[in-house]
Amino acid sequence: MTTSAFASGSSRALSVTDLASLIQGQLEADFDDIWVVGELSGLRTPASGHIYFTLKDDTSQLRGVMFRGYARLLRFRPEDGLEVLIKGRVSLYSARGDLQVYAASMEPRGLGGQQLALEQLKAKLAAEGLFAPERKRPLPFFPRRVGVVTALGGAAIQDILTILHGRCPYTQVIVRPTKVQGAGAGVEIAASINDLNEHGQVEVIIVGRGGGSREDLYAFNEEVVARAIADSELPVIAAVGHEIDLSIADLVADSRAPTPTAAAEMVVPVWADLYDRVAGTARVLTTVMERTVTDRRRQAIRLEERIRKPQHQVDALRERTQTALSRLRSAFERKNEGVRARFEDLAATLNSLSPLAVLGRGYSLTRTIPRNAVVRDAATLRPGERVRLTFARGEARARVEEVTP
Amino acid sequence: MDTATDKKFEDALQDLEGIVEKLDAGTLSLEESLQAFEEGVALVRFLEEKLTEVEKRVEVLTRDNSGLFQTQSLETDEEGET
Repeated sequence: MTTSAFASGSSRALSVTDLASLIQGQLEADFDDIWVVGELSGLRTPASGHIYFTLKDDTSQLRGVMFRGYARLLRFRPEDGLEVLIKGRVSLYSARGDLQVYAASMEPRGLGGQQLALEQLKAKLAAEGLFAPERKRPLPFFPRRVGVVTALGGAAIQDILTILHGRCPYTQVIVRPTKVQGAGAGVEIAASINDLNEHGQVEVIIVGRGGGSREDLYAFNEEVVARAIADSELPVIAAVGHEIDLSIADLVADSRAPTPTAAAEMVVPVWADLYDRVAGTARVLTTVMERTVTDRRRQAIRLEERIRKPQHQVDALRERTQTALSRLRSAFERKNEGVRARFEDLAATLNSLSPLAVLGRGYSLTRTIPRNAVVRDAATLRPGERVRLTFARGEARARVEEVTP
Repeated sequence: MDTATDKKFEDALQDLEGIVEKLDAGTLSLEESLQAFEEGVALVRFLEEKLTEVEKRVEVLTRDNSGLFQTQSLETDEEGET
């Protein structure tokens, strides 16, 4: 700036390009590595992948750009109104005469940068429905083969194997050794989940690590991991040891366990319990069947008894009949005299009512021949008809001479 | 995938428990009871077989340079633990 060569007093006039280039050089020399804080506005992200924006505060504003190469490294999505801390340089875009801040990195202020990125990714994946409960698949009841995505040397794998085989010795575990922290861990975790799906031997996958700082667990918040879990055909249990927040992996996974140990408890039933359940049910099955047979036998016996019953009834009836008969007989014998006397009375009465007794008083009975019908009306007779007359003693045959009705 | 056989295990266990319940209710005819019992016995056999079907084993899955899967046993590490 102190250079006098460009002072107004100079006799030589500069071309626009020369002046622009001089300004550019000067700016780049003085503003090569600056930090600036401001609010984003007028944000544009065209297909080129570069990000264009205006950085402003209450009284001033500057144009800014972040080229694709840097923009790709952003862990959050820049938005209008967001206050950001930008590291970069200032230069002149000579084609348009614009003074611009060329951002090499950008971090949101207020919320920690990573935190904001996390919130934004969470919101995006939630909007896509990746955390939806209806997406969660049930874990297999009794998986014979379990896949584990974790570091081979870590504590997580030891915890998982100890618990898993302690609960269920008859389980095969396939470990896909995976870097779970540091640069590139997210991509590796995602690849391992895909590998176990492609390999196709396991029935369920545990993805995890045995705790660590928030930074250590960063990989489990990466989008690529979230996508791999969501795309996994096999149910995934996230086992990210953490105390504070749920990782995105936890949210996308079909089940989440607070620790690898808990994941191992979740993934297999206690074999002995399962065995007892099968053996116990088998015992009950036998007992119930034996009881059924016993019951049926008893029932059969009862049925047989029921079939025999008519004979019993006949026997009982016969017995009752015998008793009644003998009782009757003895009663007759006892009352024999009285009965006879009564019989004679009855016989006397019957005798007085008998037509023969009437005939004894001098009447006679006229009957037709050959029908033997008693004649009560003279009109039923015709002259010349033969009739039979019955007297108290003897009979006679006669011919009707004349009828007088 | 292996989930088919796994489903069967759970289903078989539930079927077995269902059979026991039905038998226990005592509403089946003797013929039906016997049939259910035989079914139950077959399920018990199946379940017992499934319970010990897979051996306790730990394998490490890796990919070689050409991207092919390779598995190695991790048995020694675990044996050292116990």
